[in-house]
Amino acid sequence: MTRKLPAKDAVIIGLGWTGSILAEALTRAGLDVVAIERGPWRDTATDFPTTYAPDELRYRVRHDLFLRPAQETMTFRNNSSQTALPIRSWGSFMPPNGVGGGGLHWNAETWRFLPSDFELKTHLTQRYGAKALPEDMTIQDWGVSFDDLEPHYDKFEYLCGTSGKAGNIKGAKQEGGNPFEGARARDYPTPPQKQPYGPTLFAAAAREMGYHPFPQPSGNLSQAYTNPLGVALGPCTYCGFCEWFGCGNYSKASPQTTLLPVLVRRPNFEARTLCEVSRINLDGSGKRATGVTYVDSSGEEWEQPADLVLLCAFQLFNVHLLLISGVGTPYDPNTGQGTIGRNYSYQVTSSINGFWSDKNFNPFVASGAIGYCIDEFNGDNFDHGALGFVGGGYMGAVMTNGRPILGTFLPKDTPNWGAAWKKSLAENYLGAYQFATHGSCYSYRDAYLDLDPTYTDRLGRKLLRINFDFHPNELKMSQYLTDRLGEIVQKMGPRQFDKKPRKGPYTITDYQTTHTCGGAVMGADPKASVVNRYLQSWDVPNLFVTGATSFPQNAGYNPTGTVCALAFWAADALVNQYLKHPGPLVPA
Amino acid sequence: MSGTGRVLSALLALALLGGIALAADSDRLHDETAHNRQNFDETERGRYLATLADCTGCHTKPQGGAFMAGGYPIQTPFGTLISPNITPDIDTGIGAWSDDDFVNAVQRGRARDGAHLYPAMPYTAYSKMPRADVLAIRAYLATLPPVHNAVVSNQLPFPFRIRASMIAWNALFFHDEPFRGDPKKSGEWNRGAYLVAGPAHCGACHNSKNFLGGDTSNGMLRGGVLQGWNVPDLTEDQRTGLAGWSVDDIVAYLKTGHNRISFASGPMAEVIRASTSHWHDDDLHAVAVFLADQPAPEQPSPPAVAKTDPAMTVGQAIYVDECSACHARNGAGAPNMFPALKASPIVQSSDPTTLTRVVLHGTQNVVTAAAPTGPSMPAFGWKLTDRQTAAVLTYIRNAWGNAAPAVDAGQVSKLREAQAGN
Repeated sequence: MTRKLPAKDAVIIGLGWTGSILAEALTRAGLDVVAIERGPWRDTATDFPTTYAPDELRYRVRHDLFLRPAQETMTFRNNSSQTALPIRSWGSFMPPNGVGGGGLHWNAETWRFLPSDFELKTHLTQRYGAKALPEDMTIQDWGVSFDDLEPHYDKFEYLCGTSGKAGNIKGAKQEGGNPFEGARARDYPTPPQKQPYGPTLFAAAAREMGYHPFPQPSGNLSQAYTNPLGVALGPCTYCGFCEWFGCGNYSKASPQTTLLPVLVRRPNFEARTLCEVSRINLDGSGKRATGVTYVDSSGEEWEQPADLVLLCAFQLFNVHLLLISGVGTPYDPNTGQGTIGRNYSYQVTSSINGFWSDKNFNPFVASGAIGYCIDEFNGDNFDHGALGFVGGGYMGAVMTNGRPILGTFLPKDTPNWGAAWKKSLAENYLGAYQFATHGSCYSYRDAYLDLDPTYTDRLGRKLLRINFDFHPNELKMSQYLTDRLGEIVQKMGPRQFDKKPRKGPYTITDYQTTHTCGGAVMGADPKASVVNRYLQSWDVPNLFVTGATSFPQNAGYNPTGTVCALAFWAADALVNQYLKHPGPLVPA
Repeated sequence: MSGTGRVLSALLALALLGGIALAADSDRLHDETAHNRQNFDETERGRYLATLADCTGCHTKPQGGAFMAGGYPIQTPFGTLISPNITPDIDTGIGAWSDDDFVNAVQRGRARDGAHLYPAMPYTAYSKMPRADVLAIRAYLATLPPVHNAVVSNQLPFPFRIRASMIAWNALFFHDEPFRGDPKKSGEWNRGAYLVAGPAHCGACHNSKNFLGGDTSNGMLRGGVLQGWNVPDLTEDQRTGLAGWSVDDIVAYLKTGHNRISFASGPMAEVIRASTSHWHDDDLHAVAVFLADQPAPEQPSPPAVAKTDPAMTVGQAIYVDECSACHARNGAGAPNMFPALKASPIVQSSDPTTLTRVVLHGTQNVVTAAAPTGPSMPAFGWKLTDRQTAAVLTYIRNAWGNAAPAVDAGQVSKLREAQAGN
């Protein structure tokens, strides 16, 4: 039997980056807030101290920090001619679990999107004409502009202490920064991280070719920092155990190192961990959320009523909960009608492994967001007129680690095991460097999320089904970007370099990136979006949905900076508009 | 017994109970302070004085104990004492006490029944306070919700459990006299001196103790070892004291638990959390001015252990692998996050108790509103052997210009055993 708890002002589903940001803003505004988190509480000293955090087998290979698929998973197929099957071991992406969410195990690459990314459909149509876009491409404008978000990007960077070099302060170009970035109000709070040898050589080659290399903005801090909430972080030690790991040095920005120490002291904040929200409850009209129902680790079911429901789980689980709870109308790929699940997108990455006999890169000296990048081939920073594709990405020498099990790179003709493998590893470990492109992924009519007709989870709910494949536009883009990157690598004079542009079909088994996006996108048109420009549900105005879930398509950057800027933007709208006049913030 | 008889007995019993309650109440009628809970000025003053005196530090059991209801075990070198209930509960607290009872306990070390208290209750320090201040604390305590919690304080083994032994102790170590300032010093200095010697009872831990737990004659604020922790030397000693700390450093430490050099953990973390982080800034500043003016006699540094000593070589290798990520290769740490080991008094303390404990068991650093981060030292006891621990301790005690006696594996082994489980 479900037991009903006393009502709260707001219930937050998922205590990762966006849940923590909203909890901080709403508790500061005086609301009584409870966050319900599926996974465990996690704390630096207790759960990933330096004494054992750098354990590649435990965390990278055995996925210690991630959700166990037996608890919740999803099915996958490339297209409607296939039968989707459940994912039983994570591959292409890593669904987070526990307090801190993806913000705990990320690499901390802290980017802003380009101004044109937010007006993508309008911008590309104006520049190239509507016919230049593939017929089944469903990209759209975000309904929010870069200038709207700039103060909120700034808040996130100053919360984290992000280390970087500005390229454009209030319209004035800054030497050494990214000249393509949108105008920012001020520089990063801390200077860039120190750069290892590989990135330094890359930057020199890129500069010689007329490009403008700049240090990747990093949430792994170049120096000690105290944020505006009074929470302090230590300097990064370049150990190269960032992505897949918790940082034992308090030097990677995460909810644990920036927000939670303040939140846990607030008497009007409560977190319930190891509690999985099974559905969002709606009233009889379907237009108002009354709270959530969740199941604790004893299998007991509880109803938590609340005036406000903030859906802050990982992107895929946000969409799953919306579908399960009957919020809005599910998307139908045949008719193009409905919105929930529409415009699922991803990230198109590629790499080049370069090998030198006369260089020692010490690849173990790294951080998750180190290295030099160029942005000449991102977004619409270059003329696509004759190229036959749209989109782009950043590229650079951004190798995040030299870990012994899966962080080593060998020439492509090397066997995967045995004496020849050992010999090659010994010869190449120090002289190999991996370069990467990090490209956009636009949205298409047949890339979507829905409920699986066959498979159910432990609570009897239908699993989420992922319907996704790469489209020719993205594969052409990846080839083009990888070729441009190859020219710079070649200039660096390697003995050998192996280009690996992204190829189709999309596979769910090889790790690429955890940047799954969309499915409950934001926009100005209720027929083509699930949430308005403030991340407020069009259908249920006391429900807000955060995360990359709201991206109408993905840009050529890591999403967390934009995810969190949007969370600050939504928090601002909640506190300064919604709480004063609860109701739709944008007329439908 | 007939039905009527039973009713009569019950009524009689009620009347008796009521009579007892009335009697207790009429005792208290003589006392203004205990009774007059409307005197806001007095109770507010008492509340702050109770904060200065850190009453809750001992009289509230951490992790969920009722406020001021006692029950917190206090480890002394002579055994365990359990802090008593000082809520106004009539039966188990101090609700039935007169003002004189309270003053006698707080300032003379005498319980209501005349029994001698042990100096874990710092009456030796509280005796420096004006009676009016003590009664203000009493007035504040009278406003708290009474909590029924019977405590048997004395858990000491024989012979210490015999309270009469305190008569001799008091004759030796208890100087019952009011605070006397130094007219040559500023008013602020004297305020600091008063707070340190009186309500804040810093000397209860920070004065060097003799084998009877009394203050040594020349050990004022010179520190020692208590409860398995080093008590830092608060004088201006160049190597083991606060010579490198400015007045602002001391204020920041007491207010936030952190400063650019160090942070608090262990028993001092409790003091900061419950007491000093709530002090008025001018009182913190006064204490800092006083502490920054406690000259220590010049003492020759012990010779540093030679760089070529095998323990130093091994210790350095371990330090680079395990410690330098936070504390930095040069031992400088990171401001407000990781304490500096270079020039650190606690690192160079002649007795390595705290240092060993922190490496073996780790420590949680104090969290305050002003410094909410609370970074922690992880435990290395499962990872480093006694020999490795000794080597790395010897290294940090003698690197970067530090100098302190080497630590050997036997010392680590003893401390590992003594500190197991606490």
